[in-house]
Amino acid sequence: MSQINALVDKGKEVLGWVDERFPLSSLYKEHLAEYYAPKNFNFWYFFGSLALLVLVNQIVTGIFLVMHYKPDASMNGAGIPVAFASVEYIMRDVPGGSFIRYLHSTGASAFFIVVYLHMFRGLLYGSYRKPRELVWLFGMGIFLCLMGEAFFGYLLPWGQMSGWGAQVIVNLFSAVPVIGPDLSVFIRGDFVVSDATLNRFFAFHVIAIPLVLLGLVSAHLIALHEVGSNNPDGVEIKKKKDARGIPIDGIPFHPYYTVKDIFGVSIFLIIFAAVVFFAPEGGGYFLEFNNFVPYDPMKTPPHIAPVWYFTPFYSMLRATTSDFLPALWALVVVVAGLSFVSCKNVWVRRLCALVAVGTYWGFFGLTVFGKTPALFDFDLLGVHFGKGLDAKFWGVAMMGGSVLLFAFLPWLDQSPVKSIRYKGGLYKTILSLFVVSFILLGILGTKAPGYAFFGVIPGEPVAAVCTLIYLCFFAFMPWYSRLDKTKPEPERVTWK
Amino acid sequence: MKLLNKLLCVAALLGAALGTPLAQAATELKLDKAPVSFSNASLQNGAKLFVNYCMGCHGASFLRYNRLTQIGLTEQQIKDNLMFSTDKVGEQMKIALRREDAKQWFGVAPPDLTLVARARASESGTGADWLYTYLRSFYRDDTRPTGWNNVVFPNVGMPHALWSLQGEQEARLVTKDDGHGKKVTEIEKLEVVKPGLLMPEEYDAQVADLVSFLVWMGEPSQETRRGLGWIVLAALGVLAVLAYLLKHAYWKDVH
Repeated sequence: MSQINALVDKGKEVLGWVDERFPLSSLYKEHLAEYYAPKNFNFWYFFGSLALLVLVNQIVTGIFLVMHYKPDASMNGAGIPVAFASVEYIMRDVPGGSFIRYLHSTGASAFFIVVYLHMFRGLLYGSYRKPRELVWLFGMGIFLCLMGEAFFGYLLPWGQMSGWGAQVIVNLFSAVPVIGPDLSVFIRGDFVVSDATLNRFFAFHVIAIPLVLLGLVSAHLIALHEVGSNNPDGVEIKKKKDARGIPIDGIPFHPYYTVKDIFGVSIFLIIFAAVVFFAPEGGGYFLEFNNFVPYDPMKTPPHIAPVWYFTPFYSMLRATTSDFLPALWALVVVVAGLSFVSCKNVWVRRLCALVAVGTYWGFFGLTVFGKTPALFDFDLLGVHFGKGLDAKFWGVAMMGGSVLLFAFLPWLDQSPVKSIRYKGGLYKTILSLFVVSFILLGILGTKAPGYAFFGVIPGEPVAAVCTLIYLCFFAFMPWYSRLDKTKPEPERVTWK
Repeated sequence: MKLLNKLLCVAALLGAALGTPLAQAATELKLDKAPVSFSNASLQNGAKLFVNYCMGCHGASFLRYNRLTQIGLTEQQIKDNLMFSTDKVGEQMKIALRREDAKQWFGVAPPDLTLVARARASESGTGADWLYTYLRSFYRDDTRPTGWNNVVFPNVGMPHALWSLQGEQEARLVTKDDGHGKKVTEIEKLEVVKPGLLMPEEYDAQVADLVSFLVWMGEPSQETRRGLGWIVLAALGVLAVLAYLLKHAYWKDVH
């Protein structure tokens, strides 16, 4: 017994030595043992810790993949690109290699599933609302990094979809006025996706973006622990504290949520392992079939589909045709008009007018909704002043913009309550429509153009309507969130 | 909340319903289900067929000869019966045909086939189904440089490598109304006009073995992976139960 006590004393001594030099104990207390989280977390609150788990999985498996992968587009003796062959080398000749590779490739899709559900949780319970705006914005940064990481990483296996997917996306940048064509060459480092592109994408994928990602994840957590977690009731637990200054409805993250999250992790791992071991291709959605063919810059595949997690945004890009622009402009005008009416500030009103006029010119130039010939055309650096900007540019703007719209949520949502539990039917209906649209857009993005639901409902108008619903969810939020008949929030969290 | 739940359910159902069946409507290709078998007898026969009939032009450059020990062959058997272009059993199954020459002769260099069963999967069926149908769909077509055409892969550059086994098929054409008042000529069916060494059922069985080998070759460790999967799932199941009990025990004092 005395030996154990001596050992405990020794341990305390060592900890004391460390604490004098590094705030180990206080960090532990601040972020785990004395971080008080609301006790009423439900199912939706598993996905934050799961995202962290998948991030660690991607980094650890990624390290081992980099040990064997070769970012080299030149041909080997059998006429196969070295990069492609090195992935198969990992799959066949590296001990445990196929397991590590499948963990990484399945992890990529799992990351997006988990993050989309994590973001949806934010939408459900108003986790982006004051005082958590920065938590949300750091999260947006993480989401953007994740998209970049997935995009750059997808080139590395050097299959047909890798190369042509990258070619399509990089080509989008050529739609940017004036600098576009040079910009896309600058990004690729060549006129087609080639060895130069592979090497730089490799650098972005294995070091540049992961560094930023880790920084943002730390910032996300630091900001979260500064303000405290939201909860399914959307009420602040810090408002009701006991005599010791501890939130009455709060429980220490460790051990309560660590043990709860371990349970969540084990359920997640069961599903994850089921995919890794029994369906690593994910039915062609996680590993696209055509990507088992080496990239050939001379042979365009008939249908280039991005991986599933990009398809909602890709669908919106495709929906933005010149026929769609009048509807889009109508939406812009209504939103600008509403802002004009509801805001008395003269500068805001001028901005609204400018946006309405500016987008008209940008969409249609000096024509009547693009239907008539231009009054005159004046071409400066490839920008046709009489015709407005190309619909392709607006498609790209739509794709980027539709992602960035999430960042404005903290300021768009004007509802007196945070949580869906106390919001009215109006918000619930619109959120449901938004979710349905997002899923439909995602499905359409995996299909070739000309696709029809059940063979009869053409995909294009569905995509157009879904895109408008997606935009309306954000664009009209300041108004419908005020109109919504909310219920009063409870004083304390509801529990059991 | 109820309304939201309902709508979410509708969304999920839509997603599930739209995911699979629609895709098939878009493509007209009808593939036969390949009777894939991973028995050693099938795989060994498939390996024999592959080496004898395919490896003249197609390599399997990600597969090493000594991997074939996994399908029940000894290294000596592999050396004696399957290795023609190398004497190192650890060598990859590469071919001597130069890509530049092949391109000149066939219009396109014959692709490496190690991954073909994975690459040919589509919404119409598995890669095995595609290969099984493809290898049984060659027919005589004098308009093609090789004298062969294929229903599954129209105007394919490859001649019918297994013709001596299957014999020669010809296409029976049928003229149909396309539904818009135009006449279109379609292939109704293929008929064996000159029998080969094998009866049609025997030929199908040989192709099935070859396809099984191609599927195996696409990921030689796939059976090990699935076997390991059950153990991993069982272990994770135990972990989940323990984790649940642990959580339950800790959360007893949360009121």
